[in-house]
Amino acid sequence: MNIVVCIKQVPDTTEIKINPKTGTLIREGVPSIINPDDKAGIELALSLKDDYNAHVTVITMGPPQAEDILREAYAMGVDRAILLTDRKFAGADTLATSQALAGALRKLEFDLLITGRQAIDGDTAQVGPQIAEHLDLPQVSYLEHLAFDGKNTFTVKRRIEDGYELHQVDGPCVVTVLSGAYVPRYMSVRGIVEAFSKDVEVWGFEQIEVDETNLGLKGSPTRVHKAFSRGVKAPGQMYEVDATEAAGIIMSKLKEKFII
Amino acid sequence: MDFSLTKTDTLFLKMIREFTEKEVKPLAAEVDEQERFPAETVAKMGPLGIMGIPIPVEYGGAGGSNMLYSMAVEELSTACATTGVIVSAHSSLCAAPILEYGTEEQKQKYLPKLASGQWLGAFGLTEPNAGTDAAAQQTIAVEDGDNYILNGSKIFITNSGYADVYIILAMTDKSQGTRGITAFIVEKDFPGFSVGKQEKKLGIRGSATCELIMDDCVVPKENMLGKINKGFSLAMKTLDGGRIGIAAQALGIAQGAMDETVKYVKERKQFGRPISAFQNTQFQLADMQTRIVSSRLLVRQAAFKKDHKQPYSVEAAMAKLYAAETAMEVTNKAIQFHGGYGYTREYPVERMYRDAKITEIYEGTSEVQRMVIAGALLR
Repeated sequence: MNIVVCIKQVPDTTEIKINPKTGTLIREGVPSIINPDDKAGIELALSLKDDYNAHVTVITMGPPQAEDILREAYAMGVDRAILLTDRKFAGADTLATSQALAGALRKLEFDLLITGRQAIDGDTAQVGPQIAEHLDLPQVSYLEHLAFDGKNTFTVKRRIEDGYELHQVDGPCVVTVLSGAYVPRYMSVRGIVEAFSKDVEVWGFEQIEVDETNLGLKGSPTRVHKAFSRGVKAPGQMYEVDATEAAGIIMSKLKEKFII
Repeated sequence: MDFSLTKTDTLFLKMIREFTEKEVKPLAAEVDEQERFPAETVAKMGPLGIMGIPIPVEYGGAGGSNMLYSMAVEELSTACATTGVIVSAHSSLCAAPILEYGTEEQKQKYLPKLASGQWLGAFGLTEPNAGTDAAAQQTIAVEDGDNYILNGSKIFITNSGYADVYIILAMTDKSQGTRGITAFIVEKDFPGFSVGKQEKKLGIRGSATCELIMDDCVVPKENMLGKINKGFSLAMKTLDGGRIGIAAQALGIAQGAMDETVKYVKERKQFGRPISAFQNTQFQLADMQTRIVSSRLLVRQAAFKKDHKQPYSVEAAMAKLYAAETAMEVTNKAIQFHGGYGYTREYPVERMYRDAKITEIYEGTSEVQRMVIAGALLR
């Protein structure tokens, strides 16, 4: 079985500072990590490698320094890593990103394509489903659990707001994974030691067959109208009381503020 | 001289810090309080390769450097000095001499199990009457057909009781003093080998420290480690490597106490402002931090030299001496900054202070380190 996991390098914070003038993220000084949903996706792939000897490829689109997360994925145990990078991809919104990734994925053979549900720096949850549409593959989003029959069928538990759905889907297919679904393994020491001697394949515009007008800024219909940070809330009040007393306090506060 | 970390070092630090934060730190107080060996942590470290960092891949290790190994012991010890010494004694005092002096058969037999953490290792040199004066060994080994028969006892042996393999030093020719000592690889199940009482200690209380008893203990001849009567030199060289581990442990304890102190002085308010605003606090923190960074440079220098096959005995002695005394000073001041709270077990600096003391004693006291350093100067 061949598995491809799409991953993204994101700033390591959920409280990202925004430049008030440009409305863009301030990334300086913020360490970069593998997006948490994607990292759970790597774990899902590696668990299938453990059980079914699957071959796992990770791919990321980003600037050259996105190589760091591919090395980390190697240290976790993946078999192949591809960095999709080109100036022509710059400024891409989710649509142009999914076009570039889909272009690269057409060059790869896989039975299962895994993406994270969404990235913590954009929270759109669009790229995975868009890739599935471009490739005309079945997709199951919000994956909470996946079972494989050892042949070609996946049973996927899909988390929805008030419960879950069970889907049976044949490969090749696309799933988008929730970060809570799988606890990512630690990198192994040997994996770390060997990570930098492994080959990270670098693919650019020339390696994918996608119309240039669909890529980068040109291929991005999204325009950010305004980005702003919500004001800081006052620190809450802490009470160390039992449940009954707590309920009373909550009720009186809600009444005080005319919420109820 | 390049002081920057390699990409491998940086990635390794990311992993070991995350492991320490999630797996080691939450257990540290309990392990100390209950004097409990953290077997579950060892079971997790094995598969990740933390128990075999500098062991080559062909013997089942991670194929990493001594630099990475020292970083591992340091980071683990920032949260739990017990965990740090378990890794250090296992790696430096048991796996390392087998790698260095073992026959190919011995390496094939023992290293994969040790490096994967499936087996735990220990080292038995110290006896009731042979501490710093290691030549005063009373454990004897007598040739008997295909075996050696060992008789005697060892004390203060780290990892004992939990270890599967012990490097044991014994007299094979009493008349020759230090030139009559030989090393043996002893498995816990060898006839006549047993583990005695566990010590109750001031610090590193989760680390198992016991007596070993050899009562007509039968050790096959193929388990002699290195050459006959060359055990003293083997033990001394092994301890040189061990000192890098203990220096890293001491450094980790100091760093752990420093991290707690920086956090505390920003939170703690007296006279209407955080105590970090007082110049006395700032100056003392500056001195503590300078000592910690100096210790780290010494530790990494020793590890670097070992990795590059350069003599490192004096460097390891300086690293251990300085880092151990730094750990004592920093943990002492850390408690002072915490005041009454620091004296209680509500805060981890109390444990760190108790843990620090042993680093001035084991694997060569601070006095021994000074002997090594001065000896090289005056040679």
